[in-house]
Amino acid sequence: MANKETNFVDRMQKLDRRVIFVLIWLAVVIPMLMKLEFPVRPSPVVEGIFDKVESLPSGSIVLMSFDYGPATVPENEPMGDALLYHCMLKNHKVYIMALWPTGEAEANRAIERVITNKFLDKRYGKDYIQLGFKAGNQGLINAIYSDLKGMYTTDAAGVDINTFAMMKDVNKLTDFDIILGVCSGRPGLKEWVQFAGDRGNIPVAGGVTAVEAPLLYPYYPSQLLGLMGGLQGAAELQAALGNKYPEYTEYVKASAGSVNAVRNMGPQTIAHLVIIFFVVIGNIGFFIQQRRKKQERVGL
Amino acid sequence: MTVSEYIVLWVGGLLTLMIFSFLYKDNPFYKFAEHLFVGVSAAYWMVVAFWTTLIPNMMGYFFPGILGKIATNPQEAEMVMSAITDLPMYARLLRIVPLIFGLFMLTRLLPKGAWLSRWAMAFIIGFSAGTNLTRFLQSDFVAQIKSTLIPLIVINNGSFDFIASMSNIVIVFGVIAALIYFFFSKEHKGWFGKTAKSGIWILMVAFGAAFGYTVMARISLLIGRMSFLGTWIDSIF
Amino acid sequence: MRREIPLLITFIIGTALVMAMFIPHKPFPQLDSEFSIWFDIIAVFAFILGGGNLLRVHVDRITRNHEDKNYSYVTIIGFLFMLIIGLFKVGGDPGLTGNYIAEGTWFKVMYDAVFTPLSSTMFSLLAFFVASASYRAFRAKTPEATVLLIAAFIILVGRTPLGHYLTFWLPDWLSFFHIPNLSAWIMATPNLAGQRAIMIGIALGIVSTSLKLILGIERSYLGSEK
Repeated sequence: MANKETNFVDRMQKLDRRVIFVLIWLAVVIPMLMKLEFPVRPSPVVEGIFDKVESLPSGSIVLMSFDYGPATVPENEPMGDALLYHCMLKNHKVYIMALWPTGEAEANRAIERVITNKFLDKRYGKDYIQLGFKAGNQGLINAIYSDLKGMYTTDAAGVDINTFAMMKDVNKLTDFDIILGVCSGRPGLKEWVQFAGDRGNIPVAGGVTAVEAPLLYPYYPSQLLGLMGGLQGAAELQAALGNKYPEYTEYVKASAGSVNAVRNMGPQTIAHLVIIFFVVIGNIGFFIQQRRKKQERVGL
Repeated sequence: MTVSEYIVLWVGGLLTLMIFSFLYKDNPFYKFAEHLFVGVSAAYWMVVAFWTTLIPNMMGYFFPGILGKIATNPQEAEMVMSAITDLPMYARLLRIVPLIFGLFMLTRLLPKGAWLSRWAMAFIIGFSAGTNLTRFLQSDFVAQIKSTLIPLIVINNGSFDFIASMSNIVIVFGVIAALIYFFFSKEHKGWFGKTAKSGIWILMVAFGAAFGYTVMARISLLIGRMSFLGTWIDSIF
Repeated sequence: MRREIPLLITFIIGTALVMAMFIPHKPFPQLDSEFSIWFDIIAVFAFILGGGNLLRVHVDRITRNHEDKNYSYVTIIGFLFMLIIGLFKVGGDPGLTGNYIAEGTWFKVMYDAVFTPLSSTMFSLLAFFVASASYRAFRAKTPEATVLLIAAFIILVGRTPLGHYLTFWLPDWLSFFHIPNLSAWIMATPNLAGQRAIMIGIALGIVSTSLKLILGIERSYLGSEK
């Protein structure tokens, strides 16, 4: 009996990693095929972002920076979508830019999904503007801190920036009521806090990938009003928006791909459980082996 | 779907499967995709750097006509060219300095002239040091200490809030204990050692949280890829 | 002079940028943004250096008849093809006008068809490896490791809707132990404390290293060659 047990435990400890790969793959694919979905409840750290955007007076001046690339679309895309949708609902004036070259393309996709398809009454140049990407990383933040029009002489399409009504009273970063960053890596939300938020006392909030989120918690809540961490953070903001504006829930349900973070939390949940199961099984096997070694040393 | 969208979907799908084939074992398909990625991504960043930095911020300053030739429309051409020509000449010619430093950087490839690249490195180091010193001091040091100066006894609506007080105590003493752990100029024994030990516990919780979030991040990216493969398979049927 | 001039450059640039933080008058704010642009221009040359080095390494593999030389052909062809279609805006508006990554350009097609799926898939591979590593290596060997594990479990469960279902039945006075609340508390309290201590430590390290570099005390970036 002891031999059977030790052989099983040894086999489990030496389990081919490809078995683990298949189980993880199944843990993700099966819930996706079954369209498994759980209700999501917003946490205080995400509600901070929702409450701030909600409480800003209609027509407030919002800077949204899309600082991510295709590799982190599943985490960042729903964040950008939710923030842009909320700003449009509240009739804020949104100034869109990017610190990453890939960010401009992602911003264009968000504009098409949210504004062009859902907010047909919004006018380019009056309600929103795409300033686009400019090279410079945190140097760009430095430059637009004191002179935004010096760097952005035209919008992303090459039109003179001064021809747009919404650019009339916006000359520097401190003219903005809030900076919303949808970021992944460097430059990102940390640089917005360091080079804009702290320097000019400008409210900053946003979302980052789950890998980066724990590292930005020290900035919350005095330097960052709120923080979305990964897919869960995006799902929480979508849930908060959907609770207040049911039409947003309909929009998200009808969206394809990565936009529906709430739906993607289904496979996320199952995958987390599978990983916890692996860790527990691995540790049980480890403790059994340790006990066996101890017994062999004692000579039983 | 247009023809080019189909091509993009199929090429993307096949390359995705080639990369995933590594999970079974290393194979020529994976190696092909990996080497293709290395070449394509290196060129991508070079092209982006060329069109977004080198041309508008350097060549355009010496030859504004270039900016006019690549502008999307005549109005933009006039705008960007006049923005440059309105600048004083010295401001435009000053861009020779980064050009020279950049060329010095390339001397790293030469067997004898490599010492010149130190000048370019010196500028990069000086710029990074100068910028980081003030920014990190303000945001990651002074502001963090200020955020740690919080009340240890929290009174809400006239009554003692146990959870908020406990949380603040954990934050204040947690930060101090973890900082003491990182202080290696004094031996970790006695009360100092005990405090450093409790700092380790705080750090372990932080690392556990970071691990949990890292797992979440990786799984999210896998979900995104599976979603893409689902779209590809849908397009077939 | 080969070492003195770089030290002088570092000192002048570093000091000017530190002073720009405290002096809002001309020319300091302009120096700040001008130096940022210079930094980016020099970084472009670093990219060119990197690209040149990539070509050199792979051409070397081909000429030395390395066993993987066929893959080096793939790298070189992919690199040169992407570079040419991007630099010459192939497929875009005539005469090099327009955005280099506009819809319809070959560069955009390669970005969508090759760059995006490859970079996304490379990242997503990590999901499998993190699961495998968790199973094989994550062991509660010490009390500290056990604390790390427990915190990770609470976060993993608490950051999903399952956390709510496991403990929703707890009475109000025990709501602190409701897993989503516990998970949020861990992030906002002990995790915050630990990460803040690390952040302060790193900031002190950066400040001291930056000072040493600006003042010329730290010279390792100059290399050992005289």
